[in-house]
Amino acid sequence: MRWLLAKDLLILRRSRLLVALLVLYPIAIALLIGFAISRGPSAPRVAIVDETAPGQSFTLGGKRVGLAEYTDELFRQVHVVRVPTRAAASEKVSSGDVIAAVVIPPDIVQKISSGVSQAQVEVIYNGDALQQSFVRSTIDSALAQANLALSEQITDVAVRDLDLLLAGGSLQALGSGQNIVGLSHISPALKDVARRQSSASDRATLVRIAGFASFAAQNLGVAKNVLTTVSAPIRAKSTLLAGKRTPLDTYAVVVAVSISLMFVCVLLAAGGIALEREENTMARLTRGPPALVSREGLLAAKTTLAAGSSFLVAIAMLLGISTFVPLDLSRIGLWVLAVAFGALAFGALGIAIGALAWEVRAASLLAFLLSLPLAFLALVPSGSVAHGLYDVISAISFVFPFKAALQALDAAVNGSSPSIAISVAHLLGLTFLFGALGRLGLRRAQ
Amino acid sequence: MRASGTTSGAASEGAAGSAEVLRAERLAKRYGERQALAEVSFSACASEMIALVGPNGAGKTTLLSILAGAQLPSSGAVRASAGAIGWVPQQPALYSKLTVAENLRLFARLARAPDVRVAVARMLEQTGLAQRADDRVGSLSGGNRQRVNVALGLLSSPSVVLLDEPSSALDPGQRERLWAFIAELASKGTAVLFSTHIVSEAERYAQRVLVLDEGELLFDGSPRGLAAQAGHAGDFEAAFVAYLRGAGRR
Repeated sequence: MRWLLAKDLLILRRSRLLVALLVLYPIAIALLIGFAISRGPSAPRVAIVDETAPGQSFTLGGKRVGLAEYTDELFRQVHVVRVPTRAAASEKVSSGDVIAAVVIPPDIVQKISSGVSQAQVEVIYNGDALQQSFVRSTIDSALAQANLALSEQITDVAVRDLDLLLAGGSLQALGSGQNIVGLSHISPALKDVARRQSSASDRATLVRIAGFASFAAQNLGVAKNVLTTVSAPIRAKSTLLAGKRTPLDTYAVVVAVSISLMFVCVLLAAGGIALEREENTMARLTRGPPALVSREGLLAAKTTLAAGSSFLVAIAMLLGISTFVPLDLSRIGLWVLAVAFGALAFGALGIAIGALAWEVRAASLLAFLLSLPLAFLALVPSGSVAHGLYDVISAISFVFPFKAALQALDAAVNGSSPSIAISVAHLLGLTFLFGALGRLGLRRAQ
Repeated sequence: MRASGTTSGAASEGAAGSAEVLRAERLAKRYGERQALAEVSFSACASEMIALVGPNGAGKTTLLSILAGAQLPSSGAVRASAGAIGWVPQQPALYSKLTVAENLRLFARLARAPDVRVAVARMLEQTGLAQRADDRVGSLSGGNRQRVNVALGLLSSPSVVLLDEPSSALDPGQRERLWAFIAELASKGTAVLFSTHIVSEAERYAQRVLVLDEGELLFDGSPRGLAAQAGHAGDFEAAFVAYLRGAGRR
């Protein structure tokens, strides 16, 4: 086997384009991931057309709120490009200078002040489905933030007014100079007056009114609490069932390394086996008995070469990315374990593909066509698709090594669940399964 | 099934008094419904040069690859003497990114040649490739590639060598040199079984001709015997065509 391995290494060394791709591809992926993660997202450029008169404000429960306070909140998340007219904004969107434009109509203040009709801003956008989705979510999020800020102001005003109604005091805040008696003081005052009444029916009437005043005061007190919770009615308390909470950036690293490991390993193994067919050397090597190389030996040599090369690439990638993203280097032993078993399973998948295909181009194409959807399917989160479909996706992901390799590496790098032992056992099973399929493929060729 | 590696005890005296080095016993091969070989039996003796002729699809390559152990027969057996069977497939089976010497060295090592350096040097010398030893196979002409292909088949000094259309990619000069080389091998005791489309080569170089058609062995005898049976004493190619016609084949 060692001579076969040495021969393959020599051929690999002489295949400059292939070696360049094997080196450059992971470096490019590592740099992209590193830069993408280490640099925060820049605010999207949005054109703003403000058609309102400058300094306009509206009144909320007697309090004046400047329109600028609302729009500042609305545009906090974006990079604002102010333009004078709607036409100019449309042009900027068309040219791609901005991702969207927001037009604030002149009647927005009247609409907000009316308390009856809903104020509206116009959003102009363009682009493909992805860009449209990005714009919608950005603008919706900005609007939600602005509306929340506005509703908090409204709540503050309402709570202050309720306090005044309950406790009494000066009505200046409500636009009147009078002092009013608070609702909570009315009931005791009425009861006091009732005690001094000679007529039994007058006393009974006053006591009934005092009872209502007491009831109203109590319920307005509750309403105050309701108002303060209504602006943020639900808060989330999260509980992770197993494993450690995984930061998105280190998970992205795990995904990038797993994808590179898969591509390099599957392509090398599949190409290696297919090359023997293409060069007509397969029959020369394995004919017999006695064969120059047993079929198992041939498959083992190809798996070793592919797994070894991709192992080096993956570990180098992890070390390279760790200069951008803080990874726990004390877990490097687990990285090695996860990458080694992942590489073996991908190598076995590669030889099965190579045994099915008759020549290198077909093997490479088949390897790509199979690997891409596998990576995609393994990243589909549960609950994001229909239940039955997710079961199918899970079953497919289970019988191919990508998801198991991803989970093993995630457990190794991030300590996430399932444990690395389970994933490694899974990968080992898949290595034997695809190794057997590769052996069967060679037998079929004979 | 193939009874492989039977020892020299299996060898017997051939018709000409030479030791029998290869025997095919009722070899059959089916690909699904198609019968590629139908109970083909023959034997080969040391120093014998045997031509395997037949139209396209007759089963020549299938027979040679079964004899070489590259394919399993559906039924029947191959018995060979202790020496290995050398095989030169129709398409050169070489690593184009390796040099001539690297190809020879690799296969000599895999064949566990007692002295790899000597074996490689001998084959470079015998095939006249010493000057091209460090050239990559991918850069060689078709003729030189075929010479490397033949050299690989002979690396282990086999007692039988099977050549599948060895001259098909060669020009007349290269063809001449190849046949001189093969004849020399036979003169040193190697049994040679070769398939060819060039019927005149069979007449010129072979002592025996096997005619195969639709998987059946129709004739096993001397070229002269074939011509006599076909009733064409002069032109061997015409005699071969007439023989097939007479057998109700083409």
